[in-house]
Amino acid sequence: MRFVWRKFAQLIVVVLAVTFLSYLMLSLLPGDLAQVKCGISCDQQSLERTREELGLNQPIPLRYVKWLGKAVTGDLGKSGTNQQPITEALQQRLPTTIKLLVFSQLIALAIAVPAAVIAAQRAGGIFDRISTTLAFAGLSAPAYVVAPVLVYLFAVRLKWFPATGTEGLKSFVLPSVTLALAEMAAYLRLLRSDLISTLQEDYITMAKAKGLSPREVMIKHAFRPSTFSLVTVMGLNAGRLLGGTLIIEVIFALNGIGSYIVQGIFSRDYFAVQAGVVVVAVGYVLINFAVDMLYAALDPRIRHARAIA
Amino acid sequence: MPEPSHRGAPVDAPGISSRPEIDAPAGGAREMLELTQLADREVEELQALHTLDPDQVPADAVKKRLGPLFWFAAGWFLLIVVLALAAPLMERAGFLPDPTKAVKCANPPCSKLGILKQGYLLGTDNLSRDIFSRIVWGARVSLLVGFSSIFFGLVLGGAIGVIAGFFKGKLETVLMALTDMFLAFPAILLALAIITFASTSNPGEEPRLSRQVAVILALTIVSVPPIARLVRASTLVFAQREFVLAARTLGASNLRIMVKEIVPNVLPPIFAFGIIGVAIAITAEGALAFLGLSLQPPNPTWGGMINDGQKFYLDAPHMVLVPCAVLFLTVLSLNLAGDRLREYFDIKESVL
Amino acid sequence: MSRKVIGGPTGTGRDPNAKLLRVVDIKTHFRTEKGTVRAVDGVSFTLDRGRTLGVVGESGSGKTILSRSIMGLLPKRNVVRQGHVYYEGTDIIGLPDEEMRHVWGSEMAMVFQDPMTSLNPVKKIGKQITESLFLHLHMDKQDAHDTALALLSSVGIPEPEQRLNEYPHQLSGGMRQRVVIAIALACGPKLLFADEPTTALDVTVQAQILNLLQQLQRERHMAMILVTHDLGVVAGRTDEIAVMYAGKVVEHAPTPVLFSNMKMPYTEALLSSIPKLDYPSHTRLEVIPGRPPDLINPPRGCRFAPRCKYAQERCLNEEPPLIAAETPGHMFRCWFPVGSPEGEEALSRNLAAGASASGVPVTDVPMPASLAGRS
Ligand SMILES: Nc1ncnc2c1ncn2[C@@H]1O[C@H](COP(=O)(O)OP(=O)(O)O)[C@@H](O)[C@H]1O
Ligand code: SF4
Ligand SMILES: [Mg+2]
Repeated sequence: MRFVWRKFAQLIVVVLAVTFLSYLMLSLLPGDLAQVKCGISCDQQSLERTREELGLNQPIPLRYVKWLGKAVTGDLGKSGTNQQPITEALQQRLPTTIKLLVFSQLIALAIAVPAAVIAAQRAGGIFDRISTTLAFAGLSAPAYVVAPVLVYLFAVRLKWFPATGTEGLKSFVLPSVTLALAEMAAYLRLLRSDLISTLQEDYITMAKAKGLSPREVMIKHAFRPSTFSLVTVMGLNAGRLLGGTLIIEVIFALNGIGSYIVQGIFSRDYFAVQAGVVVVAVGYVLINFAVDMLYAALDPRIRHARAIA
Repeated sequence: MPEPSHRGAPVDAPGISSRPEIDAPAGGAREMLELTQLADREVEELQALHTLDPDQVPADAVKKRLGPLFWFAAGWFLLIVVLALAAPLMERAGFLPDPTKAVKCANPPCSKLGILKQGYLLGTDNLSRDIFSRIVWGARVSLLVGFSSIFFGLVLGGAIGVIAGFFKGKLETVLMALTDMFLAFPAILLALAIITFASTSNPGEEPRLSRQVAVILALTIVSVPPIARLVRASTLVFAQREFVLAARTLGASNLRIMVKEIVPNVLPPIFAFGIIGVAIAITAEGALAFLGLSLQPPNPTWGGMINDGQKFYLDAPHMVLVPCAVLFLTVLSLNLAGDRLREYFDIKESVL
Repeated sequence: MSRKVIGGPTGTGRDPNAKLLRVVDIKTHFRTEKGTVRAVDGVSFTLDRGRTLGVVGESGSGKTILSRSIMGLLPKRNVVRQGHVYYEGTDIIGLPDEEMRHVWGSEMAMVFQDPMTSLNPVKKIGKQITESLFLHLHMDKQDAHDTALALLSSVGIPEPEQRLNEYPHQLSGGMRQRVVIAIALACGPKLLFADEPTTALDVTVQAQILNLLQQLQRERHMAMILVTHDLGVVAGRTDEIAVMYAGKVVEHAPTPVLFSNMKMPYTEALLSSIPKLDYPSHTRLEVIPGRPPDLINPPRGCRFAPRCKYAQERCLNEEPPLIAAETPGHMFRCWFPVGSPEGEEALSRNLAAGASASGVPVTDVPMPASLAGRS
């Protein structure tokens, strides 16, 4: 319980830090909001007036606190470009991003875990060599390289899946696979090498010496202790993944949080970017919270260390 | 001193983080993580090697050759570098058409393979521009950004890492907390923000920095935190070693120990990671170019070419597939070379 | 405890009247990029039911590989295993793992060196014990639980009921090793390998664990191979001792004979390196000058020659065969055995020259008679 509270406090701190920093940075951007709102042909006077209206001539910390006060009540302001309430826009877009994240993780794990197990069981064998080579290649292929190739093959040539849009599950296939590819490769490499070193542990020889079959040794003894760094990296990956959705959403024209932020940056829509960043930060902390829980469930030593602490 | 325990949780250390201390960034662009992940494994392996009974580690279990793949990778990379360096010469000699101007081509985009002398070795794009030439000039951008940002990143991050790992204590805590803070922010977002900040301006004003410099600056900044963590981890390993203790008992100053004892030892493995870092930076430059934030059109960049090509899948798939293939092969070759060098340096370490 | 009669694929050839274990010229070589590591290079011995054999040698002499090789627990890749291992009359050396699984745990079991690494850190102790009960003895849950409890008490673990639900990291090293012993004994094996079972433990608990092993071995009439680098450990606890050097058995004798009448200069050196009683008994044997030889290119003649005080020209060129001493069951590999006229002469010649034929400085007689009578 205490652990949960500590995590909660951590969440607050991270969100505060991230929002303040991004607020600061975005406020320092040239070409300010007033300029955008007022238009290019705006004279100095009306520019000042717009500034005042938007509260832009107050000191940044004060503006931040005001923004924060409203944000807590769920009011993230209005988009500078189309006047849509930002909260509403985020609500519309969040499901897309969450689907993308979940699907890609499921795909990545569904392929990486069995492949790693098979590869580790026969380390140095054909399957191992092929899969690690492919994984290496996967790590060298950024999303914006994979996406065009997949789109060309599966959307343009074979016409199996749509190239863009969010209509139905089918349209999530290519984006999720693209996002999953690098994750898959990273997970495969990590889990494989951890499995291989676990398989050299004395307790694995001991399990073998009990007469367990290689399958049982793998599933009952080797697998769980080998997942620690995988789980850790999945948590750390959260931020990286959230960054990844940004590009994927742009490539596949998905209306998610990532593309919202990118659009916001291009159109100098501070409040929109700010709000998007908050969502990303909260998502990051929540995912890591879940990962910590999972980690404690997997490793009894952690559970006990925590009980003592 | 991190426990030499490999992968396992820090059993006897309650109170420290609930997960194994994998010094990976707490967020950041997908690319940045790889560097650190690889780095951590490296450090763990180093530590494991140092603590193991030498009798139980048959030295021959580790490969000593770099292998044909390394040479293939090096060959491809060399080709790209030579082409990039020779681009102005080739243009002057008439082998390479202007990448921003149309060449003679009946129905653009021409995908027919031509010969080098007539231009369009790899076909032309929708504006009749020679793709080969655009690839070669784009390579200059990729390489310049990749190498310079990692070079500056290594200098800055390396200094922070060595200082943090050497002095430990409060200084280390503060420096590492700072890097953590940067890492909690998705690196691609950070890079976007820095570029927008640095290279845009109010109407009528000059931009503060050219796009090229802004991109290098952004990638340098996002590469500093993971490099600092990596160097710190290696420094921690070496700061414990006998030769450092020996130097200390001989009365060498801290600065001298850092420069003469730590840096030369930390350098080789970091060099291998630097190569992987260049691959990551090239990937990141591609992403920024893809989003339209690197060098502006009509100047060629690989990422920009991929983005342009996406609109012509049906008529001219080569427009997108060629830059995709080139970028992939270049990144792959750097990764491969870095990975092999990493293994190679490993042996050197264990022999020490 | 009920014992399931293991039919198994090996059952057909199993002869209850045969010796429990007969190892004939077993070799275990590792193929590496540098060359073949001859970790075990032609070892033979016989072990009867309920008897104990001590295997002694410096670190790196091939003891662990020997015991794992006999049990068939080594990986297959890049490992060459030759010779014969007759278990109850059946040669088990070529058997595939699927068949060996009926033998592992139920017929033969092993206690590993380091209890910190030989227990699965994420499984409860109860589960780790009952696993093989389910597997080999097909017990139901209740029986398995009761058996596990009984096992834990028999290895001297207090509050066994509570321990069943604990994880390895909650126990001390000594307690963990007791758990490992309980696991090894769960299905009542006829042969137990104990590979340096106390090396990783606190000095204070070493004797306890050794005594426990000895007591359990007697109670269960189980044969035991006790591997150690410390002659002091096997002194009072084994029937026979095999001394290993560089992958070969260099001397093999009934325990009292070995201590009273050793023939090998290597055994002599090992013995003189036993620390005094008040020293920690796992002090490394660094008293013998030099290191064990390279197992890829071992010396041409006697493998101990580069470190031997008795070494003569002959030792450098001709490898001594395993020859029988006057006492039955006593064998050794040496041209100039300790205590023989040849040996005395060789030693005094080296003393006079100040060095052995291989250049080892020889100054005084290192072996006080008082120590020789220690057994
Ligand atoms: N997998 C392996 N590959 C190559 N050589 C090995 C391997 N395992 C052990 N060895 C070598 O075999 C020799 C015997 O090892 P070991 O049986 O563990 O010695 P001991 O148990 O007597 O200390 C050592 O020299 C060791 O380096
Ligand atoms: S005397 Fe010769 S044969 Fe005997 S152990 Fe010494 S070197 Fe070997
Ligand atoms: Mg051993």
